[in-house]
Amino acid sequence: MEPIQQVSGRAYPWGAKNIDTDIIIPAHWLKTTTREGLGKGAFESVRAEPGNLFDDPRYAGAPILVAGENFGCGSSREHAAWALADLGIKAVIAPSFSDIFSGNAFKNGIVTVVLPQEAIDRLVQVATANEITVDLETMTVTTDFQDRFAFELDPFRRDCLMQGLDEIGMTLAQDTAISKFESAVAHERPWIAVGGGHEGVAVEGIGRT
Amino acid sequence: MSSEPRTLYEKIWADHVVERRNDGTCLIYIDRHLVHEVTSPQAFAGLRAADRKVRRPDLTLAVPDHNLPTTPRVDAAGNPLPIADPASAGQLSALRGNVAEFGVPYIDALDARQGIVHVVGPEQGFTLPGTTLVCGDSHTSAHGALGALAFGIGTSEVEHVLATQTLLLKQSKTMEVRVEGTLGHGVSAKDVVLAIIGKIGAAGGTGYVIEFTGEVIRNLSIEGRLTISNMSIEGGARSGLIAPDEKTFAYLKGRPLAPTGEAWDRAVAYWKTLPTDKGAVYDKVVTLDAADIAPSLTWGTSPEDVVPITGVVPDPESFADPSKRAAAQRSLDYMGLTPGTAMQDIPVEHIFIGSCTNSRIEDLRAAAAVVQGRKVADRIRQALIVPGSGLVKRQAEEEGLDRIFLEAGFQWREPGCSMCLAMNPDKVPAGERCASTSNRNFVGRQGPGARTHLVSPAMAAAAAVTGHLTDVRELMANHA
Repeated sequence: MEPIQQVSGRAYPWGAKNIDTDIIIPAHWLKTTTREGLGKGAFESVRAEPGNLFDDPRYAGAPILVAGENFGCGSSREHAAWALADLGIKAVIAPSFSDIFSGNAFKNGIVTVVLPQEAIDRLVQVATANEITVDLETMTVTTDFQDRFAFELDPFRRDCLMQGLDEIGMTLAQDTAISKFESAVAHERPWIAVGGGHEGVAVEGIGRT
Repeated sequence: MSSEPRTLYEKIWADHVVERRNDGTCLIYIDRHLVHEVTSPQAFAGLRAADRKVRRPDLTLAVPDHNLPTTPRVDAAGNPLPIADPASAGQLSALRGNVAEFGVPYIDALDARQGIVHVVGPEQGFTLPGTTLVCGDSHTSAHGALGALAFGIGTSEVEHVLATQTLLLKQSKTMEVRVEGTLGHGVSAKDVVLAIIGKIGAAGGTGYVIEFTGEVIRNLSIEGRLTISNMSIEGGARSGLIAPDEKTFAYLKGRPLAPTGEAWDRAVAYWKTLPTDKGAVYDKVVTLDAADIAPSLTWGTSPEDVVPITGVVPDPESFADPSKRAAAQRSLDYMGLTPGTAMQDIPVEHIFIGSCTNSRIEDLRAAAAVVQGRKVADRIRQALIVPGSGLVKRQAEEEGLDRIFLEAGFQWREPGCSMCLAMNPDKVPAGERCASTSNRNFVGRQGPGARTHLVSPAMAAAAAVTGHLTDVRELMANHA
């Protein structure tokens, strides 16, 4: 993953609430077996309307999206994060995010910035004509008009984003701890191993031999 | 052992911490991983690219569900029929290839045990109390009904679990949702969970793990509890737990993948230690009185847009918050509804009884009880019954439910996600309206331009026979 220090540029001034992942990327786009190319399907139902934000040349290629509360609610589809990334979005600013979406965004190098509604209202106003900057080092969102909104970011996620860390690689380095945990579970909760000591797992058709 | 009183969630969490980092992030062991065809191909590709293996195939179970057409899967001679959509066929074949390559246990589309992942897990005894269970699907919260800490994950997390059998997580806050009293006639688990979401809002549970408690929850069957936990995510909570009890143990005993013999006895002894201790404190408590819950449904495009069936389409002007007012107006425009219209006066063209929320045998029985001796109304263009698994389908056929539905004019389909999410041929056309037992009424969820009203199986059956949204209690009263 590419390290990110700062995201700066134009922002889609949307502000809409409860934007679910079916709006971000409808289900018929999920039949892909790769992560690429989903930008074409991003916000399909919104883009069906003439004069929509996402086809407005003023915001073409904007790296920031300003949205309303509960952004990314609904389905766990990571395709939503892939679609945003494919559009070139690197930061989303909203009063709140669904838990699953913010995890997916983070794993794809998209910063989810939580700011109060008043700040969102101001940023929507600014973004119609001016750029916005999200800085991970100082944990602030700033504008050319002296606006400065501080935000919080989980320290672990911030480190991963700023250093572009591979989470699976990091966890695999904990292999000894995981193996130790598994040995303890095998002793304390032996039923966790499916079919441990019984024939249940050998149900016809389940499992490759 | 800690002597501090703890909640069910805190106990399961504590028993799964592999390592705790200084910043509070924990490496959590995952006991069960369900895999389906839509959110896994990129995860397997990631493993392949990094030359990584699946750490614990034995704790993993794969089954296709989202893409499968629900029309017959074999011809008269028993040969498999091709899947028309090449993209769907490709995703299904990618899953078959991936499970073979990585040695993951797999239930094929033609196996009688195939079904929606969240129906199959409990049905096979793969889901157990006190386990951590994940799947690349937000409705994984359903398994919380058996006392499993179960939640949906994205594809990067699917890959992380396949490779390491763990996830990096922060502990959530806890919310108790207590429902006391006795449910009225015609009021089901679906109405209860719609009422809960209506009360807490679509983001009310964000950052929380819910535990559902109280007399109503205890009195529900395991299937009713699965409906409740399933929709936790529609209230923003990734997980919705229900404490395991004697009903849970009775439900699991003898299921193919449940423990047996001495392992069963040890498991039950452990499961009995899990319920929340007296004096344990939740970060937030919400209470509902069963007496206030009527058969309910949605009017808008968020699952929080809930009204009782006796209610009317709300007026956007009645919302104090300007952004809520604007959202309500957009919803009504999309739904083609006028404020003040009685919900019962709204005609529908489509009926969908199915999905991981409401496709189990009790759901089909509840629908059949309303349908029996009646016909699907003339204006209904499509009325689908989609059992949650091949085993549910078989049982329903043994009970003669399929005959009741077919004679009334319903279609009796093969198991799968079907019309819940417009990924397979079952869709609602633009501008048309569906009474649906699924879990999401989002814009375009059942097809571009489709209008969805979320209801219980009995309410969907009632709408099917009258042709409009209907208070099922009226049909029950006249049908002695």
